Amino acid sequence: MAHVRFQNVSKIYTRRSRQFLFRYVWDALRGRRQRRDSGGFYALRNVSFELREGDTLGIVGHNGAGKSTLLSLAAGLTVPEEGSVTVQGRLSALLELGGGFHQDLTGVENLYINAALCGMTRREAEEAFDRIVEFSELGEFIEEPLRTYSAGMVMRLAFSIAVQVEPEILLIDEVFAVGDKDFQAKCGERIREMRDKGTILLCVSHSPETLRALCKQGLWIESGEVVMQGEADEVFDAYLARKGAGQAAS
Amino acid sequence: MQYTNYGFLLRNLVLRDFKIRYRNMSLGVFWSLLNPLVMMGVLTFIFTQIFRPPNVEDFYLKVLSGIVVFNFFSLAWLSATVSIYSNAGLVKKVPMPRELLPISTVLANGLHFLIQIGLLVVLLLHAGYEVNRYWLLLPVVFALEAAFVCGLSLTTSALDVYFRDMRYVVESANTVLFWLVPIFYTFTMIPQEYRSIYQYNPIAAVVLALQAIVFEARMPPTPLLIKLPLVSAVFLAVGFVVFRRLKRNFADFL
Repeated sequence: MAHVRFQNVSKIYTRRSRQFLFRYVWDALRGRRQRRDSGGFYALRNVSFELREGDTLGIVGHNGAGKSTLLSLAAGLTVPEEGSVTVQGRLSALLELGGGFHQDLTGVENLYINAALCGMTRREAEEAFDRIVEFSELGEFIEEPLRTYSAGMVMRLAFSIAVQVEPEILLIDEVFAVGDKDFQAKCGERIREMRDKGTILLCVSHSPETLRALCKQGLWIESGEVVMQGEADEVFDAYLARKGAGQAAS
Repeated sequence: MQYTNYGFLLRNLVLRDFKIRYRNMSLGVFWSLLNPLVMMGVLTFIFTQIFRPPNVEDFYLKVLSGIVVFNFFSLAWLSATVSIYSNAGLVKKVPMPRELLPISTVLANGLHFLIQIGLLVVLLLHAGYEVNRYWLLLPVVFALEAAFVCGLSLTTSALDVYFRDMRYVVESANTVLFWLVPIFYTFTMIPQEYRSIYQYNPIAAVVLALQAIVFEARMPPTPLLIKLPLVSAVFLAVGFVVFRRLKRNFADFL
């Protein structure tokens, strides 16, 4: 059973003086747990939640609140200093537009590399090829080098690959920002379809409007700490109210 | 994420490296051949016309065989050492087995190496050398060299994330090693007391094995055949351990 569990998770970033680096690497090489510097700051503090199949969590917060750090932890890209993160299931992460893309390679070449990066086998990638190209609506452009693509086209390709991997857990970070309305609608459709099939969804945005249609649960964080956690609509409403108040005050 | 199949990803990463290198170049793969040929020409000129060592038969071919092996080692090691840093986008944003970054870089360089070996073979046959049964050992010897470079690169690429000085350490080491590999001198010129040490230098050992096989049509010396796999295995094992211990926090330090 696919699941995502955060238990009292904290992520601390430390200042890196030269001595600190040497000590840090030395400890790591000896297999010891790293000592922490006193001057660290909490990018995330004491966050807990648990998601099971079909759960959808929308995470909101201002810039620097710790949203992306949270997704990095879920993707296993970085490890928590305190608490534990447990992730079980096939995971696909859309954390950056075309993270593994290369400008000089064609759409097809990039497609295969990214499919492989998403954990697909050769057979799976070949089977999914037509579906991905069709979903991306790139047509003939798929044969062209990526540097001739617009930002929207890159996003379409990246997104098409990520959703055709049939992940059990899907992480999305702000990537709805690009692309036309029609494609956005199609993506939303596809994500809801996956959700209904049991895919766990973690979405991050600073604007909750895009999240409303996708998420049942909400998590609001500021400065690394949980402000509110619960029903998506309640959390988003509270967040918008606070945001509006903040803007009015300033 | 569970990767059931590293092969497909590795293959794609290797091809990506290879394609990117030659995309938008008019001479393409020809560059792989030009560099060793130029080096061969220069070294042959210096060591037959300026310095005059005892006459070595087909000196230019011996130089080329040394250069090809050394080039693979030095280029693969250097580019693999910076592979984590130069793929920071992948390391920070895409969950994947990160060991594959230095390893695929080494293997992509291995493709260039094979092209250069092709050049060497053509020149060897042209000079009248014949294929002999010991050639069957060559793939094994080259695989051991690749394993050694992978091991070394796993260590240095992981350290490079924390200490960017690593690439300069590697560059300097390469410069020094160039003189310590029998490229423009032969093994027989090395004084007896240093020979056993040379066999522990895997790159020198690969050159020696290659030269024994293609020029003398004989089995490489037994101690060399024992030491080379041993050293390669140790470096590979150490590389994986070091990499695994350091990779946890890569994303935080890039």
